[in-house]
Amino acid sequence: MNSNTRRLGALIALGVSALLVGCERPPTATEQRGYRGTGMVDVQNPRTVAGLHEANKVPDPIPAAEPGGPSAGAQFKNVKVLNDLNVAEFTRVMVAITSWVAPKEGCAYCHKGADFADDSLYTKVVARQMLQMTRHINGKWKNHVGDTGVTCYTCHRGNPEPAFVWHNDPGARMAKGFAGGLGQQNRPGTQVGLTAMPQDPFGRFLVKDDPIRVIAHDPLPGAEPGKTIPQTEWTYSLMMHMSESLGVNCTYCHNSRSFADWGASSPPRATAWYGIRMVRDLNSAYLEPLASVFPDEDKGPLGDGPKLNCATCHQGVHKPLYGASMAKDYPELGGGHAAPEKKSDAGTGARAERQRTNVARQ
Amino acid sequence: MSMLSFERKYRVRGGTLLGGDLFDFWVGPFYVGFFGVTTIFFATLGTALIVYGAAIGPTWNLWQINIAPPDLSYGLRFAPLKAGGLWQLITICAVGSFCSWALREVEICRKLGIGYHVPFAFSFAILAYVTLVVFRPLLLGAWGHGFPYGILSHLDWVSNTGYQYLHFHYNPAHMIAVSFFFTTCLALSLHGALILSATNPGKGERMKTPEHENTFFRDTIGYSIGPLGIHRLGLFLALSAVFWSAVCIIISGPFWTRGWPEWWGWWLNLPIW
Repeated sequence: MNSNTRRLGALIALGVSALLVGCERPPTATEQRGYRGTGMVDVQNPRTVAGLHEANKVPDPIPAAEPGGPSAGAQFKNVKVLNDLNVAEFTRVMVAITSWVAPKEGCAYCHKGADFADDSLYTKVVARQMLQMTRHINGKWKNHVGDTGVTCYTCHRGNPEPAFVWHNDPGARMAKGFAGGLGQQNRPGTQVGLTAMPQDPFGRFLVKDDPIRVIAHDPLPGAEPGKTIPQTEWTYSLMMHMSESLGVNCTYCHNSRSFADWGASSPPRATAWYGIRMVRDLNSAYLEPLASVFPDEDKGPLGDGPKLNCATCHQGVHKPLYGASMAKDYPELGGGHAAPEKKSDAGTGARAERQRTNVARQ
Repeated sequence: MSMLSFERKYRVRGGTLLGGDLFDFWVGPFYVGFFGVTTIFFATLGTALIVYGAAIGPTWNLWQINIAPPDLSYGLRFAPLKAGGLWQLITICAVGSFCSWALREVEICRKLGIGYHVPFAFSFAILAYVTLVVFRPLLLGAWGHGFPYGILSHLDWVSNTGYQYLHFHYNPAHMIAVSFFFTTCLALSLHGALILSATNPGKGERMKTPEHENTFFRDTIGYSIGPLGIHRLGLFLALSAVFWSAVCIIISGPFWTRGWPEWWGWWLNLPIW
């Protein structure tokens, strides 16, 4: 082996290692998501997702409460949501919520002093709304959450504010004129999988119901207004967010031969479709109305309160907590309990109507 | 079969890798050799299997005929014929005939006493194919990761496999491969245009020589790579394109499971920002 060969070998070794820096190593775990040979495959690296399994362990449930006895509504003052529970159930839920949401701060996080009926802390007002929201989700959005349901822990995981919330993004400061107006693009966005897609798809799609489908059926440009390249980039932005939030790739739901074709899509796409509608409903009916309640430090740069998106519950996993149901141990949070009719329900009705028409149109 | 007068002297015995004198003959203009026989065998069997696959499939539409690899659940085992086994046999035939063809090229090179540049170049095409249907499936642990044999179906596979990593254009090796493909086109078009310009003089003028060609590029960009150099460059560019294509797919999955945009986190995390 002469010195040239050695030098070449060293160079190749250096090149290969430079190429693999920051990469993962096999073996990987793959799961088929469509007909064989379509390339619809979910690829995970067990070493990369090991941390997720650790982070998604479910806390042990508190033993169930004895039935019977006076209702919480009769026993305590100012109980507006959980008044249909008996005192034992009510206390159990309160203890659970404390461990899920404010384990360090304890009761005092929401309750001021000894008077637990006092509403002067904003956290209590928010918590009440969140309880209503939880029951609303478990009752009215079974087509997204199924029988697994949600509890406070699904989002909070021991944090007073869930780790993944969003505020309206004012966008970067841009030059005016032809040099500006990039539609929030050309900067890597942490919410959109580090792509240079538009940074904040949430206001458009997860509060407002801007159309997400961008595949035109007419070959001529301009024939179908709204189905444009910029619009497509917004849609991709939302899809990147969903993909990152769920830790799955595009083929988990879609066959990229035709993203829009329900017949070629895999079943989770339907669940995701309801999920988008659910998040819209929750943001507009439960989170946005709270904006004025939150203190300034919880508000975004544009003065809006924290809102939720796919990551809020999913936190990098295709089913929150890998599909473990905590709600079954807490029927008090279930939809079986009459969720008090809220102003939201009118909106939900109209929205549900729209959903039905949309589905019919597919 | 017609033969150019000077061709006869190249039709010499020897130079074979296998089979000795047994297959050392020509049929018309075609050299046969041991690897010619294996090429014919694998190509015929493989094509027949494809036709059989089409016959038991739902369509004779040339665009839609699809012979898919097995389900991932079969792993690296053999699958039943109608559940991907056909794909496995066709893959064996394809690899067999491609390699036979390359080795037949080697034998012809040896007969002619020329370098092995042509089989070397062809072996890069084989490498790309084998990477897709053998190496990557081996690394991922299932033959089902190979691409299906069908005009439209293999395009669907390419699309979906790209979307497995969210945005394939962020794959660094894909970037390099695409750049080499474009550069190959640029170099070939410049070279082709230059040769045609020198060999198509105006009416009544003499055909020009490489001196003119060199001068053209020296005047334009200050340097001419020369008549031999352009072919070396062309071979390098084209083979690099294929090589990096193979790299970009072999790292997708076995060495990277997330979206390719995310790979660039190291760049965003550099302390220079």
